[in-house]
Amino acid sequence: MALLTIRDALNEALREEILRDENVFVMGEEVAEYDGAYKVTRGLWKEFGDKRVVDTPITELGFAAVGVGAAMAGLRPVIEFMTWNFSILAADQIINHAAKMLYMSGGQFKVPIVFRGPNGSAYQVSSQHSQALEAFYANFPGLKVVMPSTAADAKGLLKSAIRDDNPIVFLEQERMYGLKGEVPEDPDFTIPLGVADIKREGKDCTIVARSMTVPLALQAAELIQTQFDVSVEVIDPRTIKPLDIDTIVNSIKKTNRLVIAEESHEFASVGAEITYQVMDHAFDYLDAPIKRISTTETPMPYAKNLETLALPSVEKIVAAVKEVCYL
Amino acid sequence: MEDLILSKAATRQKPAAKTAKVSTNGTGKTQGFTDFVEVEQAKAEYVKRRASQLAAIKKTDKKLLREMLYQMVLGRIFEEKCAEVYRMGKIGGFCHLYIGQEAIGVGSMMALEKTDMVITAYRDHVQAMIKGMTPESVMAELYGKEGGCVGGKGGSMHMFSKELEFYGGHGIVGGQIGVGTGMAYAAKYKNSGQVTLCFFGEAAVNQGIFHESLNMAQLWKLPCIYICENNQYGMGTSQARAMSSRSIAKKAEAFEMANEFVDGMDVMAVRDATLRAIARARKDGSPTLLEIRAYRYMGHSMSDPGNYRTRDEILKYQERDPIVLFKDSLKAAKVLTDKDFEKIDQEANEAVDRAVAFADESPYPAESELFTDVLA
Repeated sequence: MALLTIRDALNEALREEILRDENVFVMGEEVAEYDGAYKVTRGLWKEFGDKRVVDTPITELGFAAVGVGAAMAGLRPVIEFMTWNFSILAADQIINHAAKMLYMSGGQFKVPIVFRGPNGSAYQVSSQHSQALEAFYANFPGLKVVMPSTAADAKGLLKSAIRDDNPIVFLEQERMYGLKGEVPEDPDFTIPLGVADIKREGKDCTIVARSMTVPLALQAAELIQTQFDVSVEVIDPRTIKPLDIDTIVNSIKKTNRLVIAEESHEFASVGAEITYQVMDHAFDYLDAPIKRISTTETPMPYAKNLETLALPSVEKIVAAVKEVCYL
Repeated sequence: MEDLILSKAATRQKPAAKTAKVSTNGTGKTQGFTDFVEVEQAKAEYVKRRASQLAAIKKTDKKLLREMLYQMVLGRIFEEKCAEVYRMGKIGGFCHLYIGQEAIGVGSMMALEKTDMVITAYRDHVQAMIKGMTPESVMAELYGKEGGCVGGKGGSMHMFSKELEFYGGHGIVGGQIGVGTGMAYAAKYKNSGQVTLCFFGEAAVNQGIFHESLNMAQLWKLPCIYICENNQYGMGTSQARAMSSRSIAKKAEAFEMANEFVDGMDVMAVRDATLRAIARARKDGSPTLLEIRAYRYMGHSMSDPGNYRTRDEILKYQERDPIVLFKDSLKAAKVLTDKDFEKIDQEANEAVDRAVAFADESPYPAESELFTDVLA
């Protein structure tokens, strides 16, 4: 095991997969000579050169399309968006082209491509740079949506994503790039897509969290344990689509209570989908209405106090757990 | 209006010979536009085209010339049949026909090697067949049947064949320009020697993806030949009402990319320009933009009544019909005779009849197919 930041775990995954498969290449804005806007690709261009690590013009729709065409013709591109906010310019290629190609070609043309980059809020970067887009992309059949929350998950899931034959939306979080964790050193270490992880075992209440809200949920669980001697289980689906609903349902059968914590806006969110699926599979096991903590239904403000108010927090999650546990 | 157009194109007599000075294609340096507003001018252009076709024909393999004519005739008859069966309710959804534009697909695609890649927009039936897909598999796809090239899941706009390097039929205006650029990127990455022909209409040129793609292709020297099929109307909006500039070919100069303006009624001119572009692409990966001007005889799709243009305008273009012109030249060059033409018409008619019979008999896809191929 090695103690790595999420940033370096992602870097290792890219490096190992570039070494493993000659068809893997990384493309995006500032990924090569600049070493990556957030340094996820640090050192890769120096090691592998222009062919495998490719700087693009600022042309999101264009280089996303190049990735789709290259994937159809046999390559395995990893396309970095400097942030997922800019992917909206490329949504036509991700949604209309990558997601549909296999289906509308009757199974003939696979699109093995990974679109990756930071998703969600950062530090006071305001409205156009703070969006969490998982619900948007998860709505389209043909895409897999992945959101790691630890260094080991980041590495194992990114390696699986690059080896997968489908278009993958791989959502990182800028605030989390510096978080450290133990990561296996085996170059064949991968984590399968579509398998949730129980980040903390508990018996009285379940929190389903993803990406940035996982560390918040873990802190909330500790506080609840200390203050009320209530045991909270924290589940990270890790892959939003396909969703491992079984792990969530099994947890609810044990705890009978559910809080969902997510960074996206609440309307039509992944949390809304999980709520529906839990109703469908475990309605009779619930002892309290499901509570959900999301980002407020506002564009992200710049002012620090307002930004804090808009985002999920440990305090908000603690309050939600207290409510479903009638504490 | 569609009936009017359909009935005459393939059988029209050649116009009377007259000469006039009309600017035409060539090296791509100085060509302007020819608007053919007058019938006389169109006829003059026809005569001039025939003279240059004769010269080109003499340099080309006779078997290939026959196959080129066959593909043009097959494309025309196939699309006429599509219109007929569409009206009978056998084809659903959108159905965009290629009638009038056959010289573009045939002239360019038949200059390729088999291993070269092609991607196009939604007016794709005829190009799919030129790339080698059978009329049966294309017609059955139009019928939404199991025997279709993608099993009935794509329909008119989404013909694909991985085996034949035909990367689809795409329905978002301009989207395939970027995908084609990526296919060329892969060819360069793998050093495969393949070139990519990337087709799109003139209206797609106004999309951002056109400019983003050409910039990257020239920046990275990607072996992509961008073929703008300028049929002069984006749905019901003429180029003049949608584009601030006249020349599409010259837009390539903003990217310092090689370009030519080509008469799309002249299959040999299209072939020659494509051969020049292929040579550039194979030499050092250089891309080219070809603006190939033709005219869509039919509506944008089968649901288009065509109120935005006059019958006269259409007739003027039909004076220079690409099939009539090519037949005329082949006959004058003593490559083919009237008897050969009859044989070709008969072969194409039979092929289309077989395609319709196949499509009629092919079963609908199994209901379980709804859920296959969502993910690999």
